[in-house]
Amino acid sequence: MDLLRFTTAGSVDDGKSTLIGRLLYDSKSIFEDQMEAIKESSRKKGDENVNLALLTDGLKAEREQGITIDVAYRYFATPKRKFIVADTPGHIQYTRNMVTGASTANLAIILIDARKGVIEQTKRHSFIANLLRIQHVVVAVNKMDLVDYSQEVYDNIVADYKAFASRLDNIVDIETIPMSALNGDNIVDKSTNMDWYQGASLLYHLEHVYVGGDENHIQARFPVQWVIRPQSTEFHDFRGFAGRVAGGVFKPGDDVTVLPSGFSTKVKGIHKDETELSEAFAPQSVTITLEDEIDLSRGDMLVKENNPPKQGQDIDAMICWFSATTLSAKKKLIIRHTTKEAKAVVQELTYKVDINTLRKEESAETFSLNEIGRISLRIASPIFYDSYNKNRHTGSFILIDPGNNETVAAGMII
Amino acid sequence: MSDYNMSHLDQLEAEAIFILRETAAQFENPGLLFSAGKDSIVMAHLARKAFYPSRLPFPLVHVDTGHNFNETIAFRDAYAEKIGARLHVGLVQDSIDKGSAVEETGANASRNKLQTVTLLETIEEQQYDAVLGGGRRDEEKARAKERFFSHRNDFGEWDPKNQRPELWNLFNGRKQPGENFRVFPLSNFTEMDVWMYMHQEGIELPSLYYAHERETVTRNGVILAVSEFVQPRDGETVETKMIRFRTMGDATITGAIESSADTMEKIIEEVAAARQTERGNRADDKRSETAMEDRKKEGYF
Repeated sequence: MDLLRFTTAGSVDDGKSTLIGRLLYDSKSIFEDQMEAIKESSRKKGDENVNLALLTDGLKAEREQGITIDVAYRYFATPKRKFIVADTPGHIQYTRNMVTGASTANLAIILIDARKGVIEQTKRHSFIANLLRIQHVVVAVNKMDLVDYSQEVYDNIVADYKAFASRLDNIVDIETIPMSALNGDNIVDKSTNMDWYQGASLLYHLEHVYVGGDENHIQARFPVQWVIRPQSTEFHDFRGFAGRVAGGVFKPGDDVTVLPSGFSTKVKGIHKDETELSEAFAPQSVTITLEDEIDLSRGDMLVKENNPPKQGQDIDAMICWFSATTLSAKKKLIIRHTTKEAKAVVQELTYKVDINTLRKEESAETFSLNEIGRISLRIASPIFYDSYNKNRHTGSFILIDPGNNETVAAGMII
Repeated sequence: MSDYNMSHLDQLEAEAIFILRETAAQFENPGLLFSAGKDSIVMAHLARKAFYPSRLPFPLVHVDTGHNFNETIAFRDAYAEKIGARLHVGLVQDSIDKGSAVEETGANASRNKLQTVTLLETIEEQQYDAVLGGGRRDEEKARAKERFFSHRNDFGEWDPKNQRPELWNLFNGRKQPGENFRVFPLSNFTEMDVWMYMHQEGIELPSLYYAHERETVTRNGVILAVSEFVQPRDGETVETKMIRFRTMGDATITGAIESSADTMEKIIEEVAAARQTERGNRADDKRSETAMEDRKKEGYF
């Protein structure tokens, strides 16, 4: 059984939580005691129907206000796949939350209210999915019951969406599905209300979509996370480098180069506890031993000579700014990239993107909360990186405010 | 590239090992909460794998209410010895004796809530700056909002409305003096995943998890094992039943289920067919709709 991570995006009242509740309910992932609990809550609040949104809105403040505040993770499985769902709120802090949910997702479901069609928020969500390089998108045209299951309405929305999405290069696979999350049309089973729709139900699509190509298996990257030195009698000379493969494939006997020192050596063995492996690939957690005793510690990287990452102290990146304090040039921050942490200073705000129109604003002097734009960054010591579009692990970073230790930005190296 | 596929269990394992190593690297003095319940056994198993052939670079920590099943305590001590780990035990009784915790009274009294006091005292005394726990997001709705690296202020409190965003595999463990982190490597496991993983790895569990005969009373619809901590009350009858436990908490609050599943395969079948969540039998979660969130805000796991 394999794993699919997806995120959901929609604006307020598009029925996102209801959709997830429906997937969980119809795939029999909701237990009786959970169902009893939300039936009771719905009754107390005076709701007419059982409010499936209560399954995901777990915090007191959310239940009081009937809104989703924070990303919630949900799990369900069918005999084909296990699913991890990042349910992200439609309004408060939506950029921050959607970026967070999207950063680990293989697929995004973007909800559209059939009565409203493609609106600004649809474009924002698609822009973010594209920016975070989610290659698979499902456009869920929801609330079809409220437009009399009209094929014409659906076709127009699909045409509008595709015209807009043609500008989004990273999204390689778009599936559009007409549905009613409330009534369960085309969620698990094909709807009998829309005979004109020839495609799959949402769950069938989620079970079968191929996402195997999302990891980079070409360019070998191994950021060292921790050095294992048992210093016991039995393993006296053991010196292993523990970490998670960030790209490519490593095999015993491979020639490797150590960054930043530049020394070359060979892979002696690849270990996963007592087991010796014949190869390691992303995203496996392994321990690598080397033929030669060389200086190597956390923050360094093992790579292959024929295919090295870029290295340097100056990078250009797209960032999403998460802090209520505005960002301006010369701001001093801390960057965390792979297993490395270093001081950094913002050299320049190159431009800001208006995510409603996708226009670039080149004269911006500050980035405010939830704004997205391009910056150049100077880092105190060299990092080893790829462009985000080539490798999500070595192309991503976060920025931390050294004053209060908050995570204030997510970055994607250009 | 179809050769480079990982099963969902292998992906979850790789993620958990990454988080365990990240915790060891980013913090000076972590501890791994170990109650000898199945999730904490899986945690210790993963920690052993993450640092093999070294020993664990942090101790196992148990907050002992004094109301545990004997089997649990025996298993705890044997397990720590087997993997060569240090074990630190914080006793709720000590907190009560000191006066920092007050024993609940009344019909449904339990020491569950007092664990938080002892946990926070243990963290302070031992100066742990990160405590690893086996909490999973599928367990409970407040836990669904929990981060892998969960920041706590210097009172040990959780602020669910103001959590640090967690992106990719980049974890921000920076903190001010006095603050600490709770770290949850099993966040993305479900109950089913835990059982399937234990089966795949051949992990041994305390006998309480397997069906066995025991004297029980049924109280508020929950089957409790009769022990020195749970005695039948007026009107309750003691029945001998074939039972097992799905979670492991205090003897006073952990409900059993009637079951004949005496092997891991049978338990997996049973979990797959279950229509109640595993915490459905936990009286501590039933105290109010947001009982878990309220306890977590105060510093509970």
